[in-house]
Amino acid sequence: MVQILSPEGELGVPSAYSVYAQYLERLTEADYLKFYRDMARMRRFDHEATALQRQGQLGLWIPAIGQEAAQIGSGYAVGHNDHIFPSYREHGVAITHGIDLMSILKMLRGVNHGGWNPDETRFHLYAIVLGTQVPHAVGYAMGVKFDGKVGNAKAEDNLAVISYFGDGATAEGEVSEGLLFSAINQSPIVFFCQNNQWAISSAVSSQTRVPLYQRGAGFGVPGIRIDGNDVLASYCVTAKHMDDARNGDGPFLIEALTYRIGAHTTSDDPTKYRKEEEVEYWRARDPLTRLEKFLRRQGIKDDFFEEVEHAGETMAAEIRAATFALGEPPIENMFNHVYSQPHPEIAEQLAWVKEYESSFEGDA
Amino acid sequence: MSNFVEMPIARAITAGLREAMKKNDKVLVFGQDVAQLGGVFRVTEGLFSEFGQSRIFNSPIAEAGIVGTAIGLAMRGYSPVAEIQFEGFIFPAFNQITTQLAKLQNRSEGYLTMPVVIRVPYGGGIGAVEHHSESPEAYFAHTPGLRVVTPSNPNDAYWMIQQAIESTDPVMFFEPKRRYWQKGQVNLDQPPMDLHSARVLHEGSQVTVVAYGPMVATCLQAAEIAASEGISIEVVDLRSISPIDFATVISSVVKTGRLVVAHEASTAFSVSSEIAARVTEQAFYHLEAPVLRVGGFDVPYPPAKLEERFLPDADRVLEAVDRVLTY
Repeated sequence: MVQILSPEGELGVPSAYSVYAQYLERLTEADYLKFYRDMARMRRFDHEATALQRQGQLGLWIPAIGQEAAQIGSGYAVGHNDHIFPSYREHGVAITHGIDLMSILKMLRGVNHGGWNPDETRFHLYAIVLGTQVPHAVGYAMGVKFDGKVGNAKAEDNLAVISYFGDGATAEGEVSEGLLFSAINQSPIVFFCQNNQWAISSAVSSQTRVPLYQRGAGFGVPGIRIDGNDVLASYCVTAKHMDDARNGDGPFLIEALTYRIGAHTTSDDPTKYRKEEEVEYWRARDPLTRLEKFLRRQGIKDDFFEEVEHAGETMAAEIRAATFALGEPPIENMFNHVYSQPHPEIAEQLAWVKEYESSFEGDA
Repeated sequence: MSNFVEMPIARAITAGLREAMKKNDKVLVFGQDVAQLGGVFRVTEGLFSEFGQSRIFNSPIAEAGIVGTAIGLAMRGYSPVAEIQFEGFIFPAFNQITTQLAKLQNRSEGYLTMPVVIRVPYGGGIGAVEHHSESPEAYFAHTPGLRVVTPSNPNDAYWMIQQAIESTDPVMFFEPKRRYWQKGQVNLDQPPMDLHSARVLHEGSQVTVVAYGPMVATCLQAAEIAASEGISIEVVDLRSISPIDFATVISSVVKTGRLVVAHEASTAFSVSSEIAARVTEQAFYHLEAPVLRVGGFDVPYPPAKLEERFLPDADRVLEAVDRVLTY
């Protein structure tokens, strides 16, 4: 397992993984601080969204607490031409690519089913049906290769794709088919599996008999396991394999071993299926605490951490206000984009329902 | 002057694919065995040698992967035409088609388009083993976000495949496999009509018979037999199953007052069920008789030795025609 930052916050790379350590050279102190800020932002966002759900402002929340290092590290390793195919828990990856967090809350409030522009953001829509996004990512990567956007001399002419999914999704056939198609086509893609060890109430041991990073080998997709609570391992390993993908070296699978500290969603009750001691074990390996220890060793002082906390409170207040301000979607939204070309049946039904609803206008 | 050429349906689809591939270099053709072999029905024959591996290639035998990667390619700006080898093998891709392909335009509030065509040989009558003779079109017609079409003759096949590829919406393109080698004239100069219009193929005055795909030839044959017995049948070829051109169907029913709908698919919850309901809603006072449905029985598609008794033939259509005329 690749670990660069120990749980005590000490930097050290075993020589076997020196190929990854060179990616540390790309990082400055400003990057470390950015990683911390965004991990803290992701966590504060999560707490606020959970609170909003508890207050009835969101229909559901999908917590990602514990997965900050896996998401922020890998997210920042994805370049500004690359495309990201998330599952539905990648709020941190969204932060690293400038997605307006309100678009995620809008969806979980029930205003829409996504609705951000995947072409412009390069961060594709959340996929609720497990594993469905994986062949989409592979198809996209096939297209990138057909376009000649891999292996060019100039780095900016190349791009790659990263596909996120969880340990539970690896059981889905579409993940296996995605691995196979990527290997056959030698597509420029990195599969990033966050093994948070729980698929709702199913332990990872009920999803696989082999370590998940080995899952791709039989398809021809090599893999590696990283400490998913180590933001530097997450960054360096993802950066290296995204580089390789862009250079035409084909697909790669990263398993980030992490832990879902929270519930599967706000509808879930993890006390029914796992022991508090297990959660405590992982709380003690908190990715944010680990990075904080490292930063303090680097001489970063209280004022930075206070500033981050203050920024979190400001953000929380902003999204709270913005959530309260989200209006009702107009009924046209239900009909407008079912098809991209005119459709008489849909047009007729919209006209009918508008007339029907207007028949109530003026009623006391 | 129009440029007419005689060819069978299968060749008309090949020719339509060739035109689409020539016109737009983003059109990619893939699926199982479509490249060197030209598909098990040879519908893509010749395209590999003409366009090469970069435009037409074999996919691993994994239907969800075929449709899933087609979606990803569409997101990248391609116009994928994916072949599912037989309709009975489409179900591993059902998830991708119904939860993803059909919904992504809506999910993205129009930021994405899905110009994907799924070609599916369907229907029975070829003496095949299980899963090679079914008619699953209603599953897809029931799914909002998809368009579902099926040609019945070479001219429509040639033009409809091109129109389907040009559509920015996902199109399920059902090909009547037992009619693949039925010949007809193709007008290479201009399309007969838009993709979703129905057409009156045989004018008549007493009974409207609506059919699509492989059953159109059967119903035209029924109309000939009926004419020899002094009964005037109007045959409407639906062409599009989603959306359905109800205006053409209703105007025919208004004229004849009687309607029989025929298809190979099992009858319960079928395309004919939808048409019967809609015609009853919209043309109730024009109806002289209940709408009758002639379809497959509500049983799994039978073994080949029984399929002739499962599939509606001209006599079964005429039996229903006789019944609507007794009212």
